[in-house]
Parts: sequence; C-alpha cells; structure tokens
Amino acid sequence: MISIGHYLAVSAVLFTLGVLGIFINRKNIIVILMAIELILLAVNINLVAFSAALGDLVGQVFAMFVLTVAAGEAAIGLAILVIYFRGRGTIAVDDANRMKG
Amino acid sequence: MTADLALIWPELILTIGGLITLMIGAFAGDRRVGLYQAVALLVLAGAAVAVVALFGTEASVFSGTLAVDGFGGFAKLIIYAASFVCIAIAPRYFGDTMRAEYSALIVFAALGMGIMASSRDLMTLYVGLELNSLASYVLASFMRGDDRSSEAGLKYFVLGALASGILLFGISLLYGFSGTTDFAGVAAAMTGEVDIGLLFGIVFVIAGLAFKISAVPFHMWTPDVYEGAPTPVTTFFASAPKVAAMALLVRVLIDAMGAEGPALAAWQQIIIFLSLASIILGAVGAIGQKNIKRLLAYSSINNVGFMLIGLAAGTQQGVEAVLTYLLVYVVTTIGAFLFVMQLRDADGRMVESIPAYAGLSKRQPGLAAAMAVFLFSLAAIPPLFGFWPKYLVFEAAVNAGLVPLAFAGVVVSVIGAFYYIAIVKTMYFDDEAEAAIRNDGSRVEGAVIAVSALWLSVIGYLFIPMLAVAAASAASVLF
Repeated sequence: MISIGHYLAVSAVLFTLGVLGIFINRKNIIVILMAIELILLAVNINLVAFSAALGDLVGQVFAMFVLTVAAGEAAIGLAILVIYFRGRGTIAVDDANRMKG
Repeated sequence: MTADLALIWPELILTIGGLITLMIGAFAGDRRVGLYQAVALLVLAGAAVAVVALFGTEASVFSGTLAVDGFGGFAKLIIYAASFVCIAIAPRYFGDTMRAEYSALIVFAALGMGIMASSRDLMTLYVGLELNSLASYVLASFMRGDDRSSEAGLKYFVLGALASGILLFGISLLYGFSGTTDFAGVAAAMTGEVDIGLLFGIVFVIAGLAFKISAVPFHMWTPDVYEGAPTPVTTFFASAPKVAAMALLVRVLIDAMGAEGPALAAWQQIIIFLSLASIILGAVGAIGQKNIKRLLAYSSINNVGFMLIGLAAGTQQGVEAVLTYLLVYVVTTIGAFLFVMQLRDADGRMVESIPAYAGLSKRQPGLAAAMAVFLFSLAAIPPLFGFWPKYLVFEAAVNAGLVPLAFAGVVVSVIGAFYYIAIVKTMYFDDEAEAAIRNDGSRVEGAVIAVSALWLSVIGYLFIPMLAVAAASAASVLF
C-alpha cells in the first residue's frame, strides 16, 4: 500500500535533485530551467498527495495555480535567455560573469 | 461576492489600469510616452486614494483569502508611492528606448505587492508574490541591448525561481501538516508542540521570503541585479518590493506562525540569525565597493538586517518599529538612487563610479549636500531622521529581552557608518575629478530629492507623533 510517506519521499528526492541541478550544473542555463520545473513538480506532488490524504480540495486547486504560474515563469525565463544569448552568443553558466565583487 | 468587490477597489483599479496602459502602448505606440505614463501615474494615484478611503475598514474578503486592514493599507500606500516615483523618473533615463511595457509592468508589480501585503492565505501569498516577481524579472532585463541588464535579468530569474520553489515547498508542508492554507488555521495548528513537518515548513517559507527581502544568506543576487538593472528599475527594486516582502514576512510570522509559545521560539531563532548575518555582511561587503549601485545594494542588505531586529522582537512595538523603518528607508533609498541618476559624464553615460564623485561639492553643492543627508541618515547619525527608526528597532529588541542582538546591531552600525562617510569624504574633501560631471536632472527629480532630503533632516521629527499613530494602528491589526 502506498502511503503519504512514500509520496513525500519521492517529492523530497525530486526537490533535492532540482536544487542540486541548479547549483552543481556548470554548463547550460537551459538545464537550470529544467531543474526549476523539477522543483515545482515536486511541490505539486506534495500538494496533491496531501490533498488526497486530507480529503481536502484546496491542495489540488493550489496545484493548478502552481502549474499556471510555472508556465508563465518558463515563458519569461526563456525570453530572458533569448535576449541574453543575442548579446553574448553563449548560454554557458560560467560565462555569466560581467559583474563581480 | 459583490460586497467583497467593493472592498478591493485598489486592486481593481490597478488591474484595469494596468491593462489600459498596455493597450495604449499597443495601439498608440511606444512614442506616446506622455500619454501612457500619465495613465499609469493616474492609476497608481487612484489606487492610493482608494486605499485611503478604505482606512478604518477591517474585513477579510473572498472566503478569507485577502485581508482589508490598516496594516495592508499602510504598506500599500508606501508601495504605490514608490512605484509612482519609479514611473515618473523613467522616461529621461531610457530616452528613445522607453517603452509602454515599463509603466504597465510597474503597475502590475504594484498590484502583486499590494496582494502580498494584504494576503491572509498561503494561496494569495503565492499568487501575489509571483505576480510581483514575474514583472520584476522582465524589468531587470529591460534594456535588452545591454549585456549587464540581460545578465542581471537572468541571474534574478534563476535565483528568484529557486526561491519561489523553496517557498512553495515550505507552503506545501505547512498545508499538509496543518490541513489548511488559511493563516489563522496554520497558526491554530502550531499552538501546541510544533510538529517536525511544520518546522520544516517554517524554515522553507522563511528562506523563500528571505530571498525577496535579500537577507543573508539569500542575498547573493542583490549586488549583481542592482548593478546590472537600469537605474530606475534598481530604484524600484530597492524600495517597493522590500516593503511588500517585509510586510508579508511580518504577516506570515505573526499571523500564520503565532506571536507566542513554541512557534515564536521556532521562528525567532531563524530571524535573529538572518538579521545578524545581514547587518554584518551588509556592512563588511560594502567596504571597498567602487560602484555606487553595488554599494547601495549592500546598504539595503544591511538595512534589512536592522528591520529584522525589530521583527525578531515579535511584539507589537517591534512591528511598529519595522513599519516606521520601512517608510524612512524607502524615502532615503529613493533619494539616493535619484542622486545616482542625476550625474552624467561628457559622453552622456551615467556616472556610477564612486571615485568620479571626487570634489562634487564644488560643482554641484546642492546635490552633494542632499546626498550627504541621505548617507548620514543611512548611517543613523543622530540629528538626521534615519536615527529614529533604528532607535525604535533597538528599543523594541531590548524590551523583548534581546539585549545582545540590539548590542550587536549598535556595534555593526558603527562599522557601517565607515563606508557611508567615506563617500561624503570623497564628495567634499577630495580633489576634483578630471572628467567633467554634469547635472542632467529634471526639475521634478530635483524637487523629489530636495523634499526627501529636507524630510530626512530635522523636519522629519515633526512627523513622529503622526507616524507613531499610523504605525501603531497598522501594527495593532496583527495582535
């Protein structure tokens, strides 16, 4: 039987993978965008699992909000990435160093 | 439902007004700067009037997801005023690259911040915060052709998205372990022993919000974004979102986590750590900075740390001190950034390097004097008004028994005074810099600088009774 604990474990693993994906990855900013999506999906698993366990619909409504905002976030992130690429000609993480201090 | 709509006039005005601004930009073109700017300014002024008209009303609307109260009203007035200034100063800076989206994005960001300041449900909190964040990411990279601006936008986006992910994870835990997203419901679940799941939720939520107020250790985006973003946008980032995020943090901590019992002990430790780390790193990191916008970024980290001292007290007095601090800080920071916007070199570029200010007092005595007032006020040198909120914050901390924290604050405040005074020294006592700096400002900006500098000098003290009443009535809502 799959309990709420299993869902929480999966989502905690996904969340950690997402955070590590942002910090360890030194290559490509697109991968960072994917890691951000992973984090949001981990949250959604949490919300829906809690919603089912509690018998309360609020969590699922919340998950819908998260999905919508995530779509907007991805659109804005990609748009910023495009203008960044136009100026620099690269999307490597280590090249984002025009400002230091 | 219809009765609820009558209580959210400020939000309605901003929503419809923002869309109208966008439509004007789309159909009349980006060249009609005067038109869409006037509409955006009118919209913000209208929303502020609506907030004032709603003063004294206390209600929670839309099934208790949004609060209409004095606390939100106080924060919203500061937010709308700061946004107003940031729209008014933009066209001169952007020149030919000015676009209608700028005004519309600020209006939408102000809408999001208003929702943040008056949310009383985890769901409204998240939606308001994202509305503000998404608009801010675009604003940071607004000068599309500029390398630094696009890099600032990218960094802000990546770290901001990570922060909202962390915040959301915390929210999901709070929801799961308390069974509700309502602030009061979450607080009710915390009255007894704090469950380990709720504790994790508290930590994650505070971490996510600490990013928005740029408290250490979640500050790493601040210097880069402040430096890279266009100066009017930096002015905006340093003022309004700080108010909204701080108000939100206060509301979440006091309303959703409780101002007494084991929950208070749980979040108080985290806030004390954040505030100590912020004041120390803000003071030390600013030393040796050559770029004025970077320096002001560290200054804002430092100031946020002082606000958190007041919040750490967890009392009504502490919240009043935080609100007063926010108001004075916003006036000072807007004045300082306006000063940065005034000066251009011979090629017409903005002067952002501090050594270039050498001997400024001889060429621009008025401007240099105003900046000296802002800097001394940030350093909290007593006759200036910047001293007052810091005093209130320390007083609240001492009354709550946090004497060591207040003591550390006073000590670090002295270290922080060093780099503020170093700039004054550059302006007043160094030999004039080679490159000619000219004052390029308009009358409106000069007037804003003059008024804020005057208010921050001794005149501000005349407003203390008024300010105290306003802050007290705003803070009393939460207790």
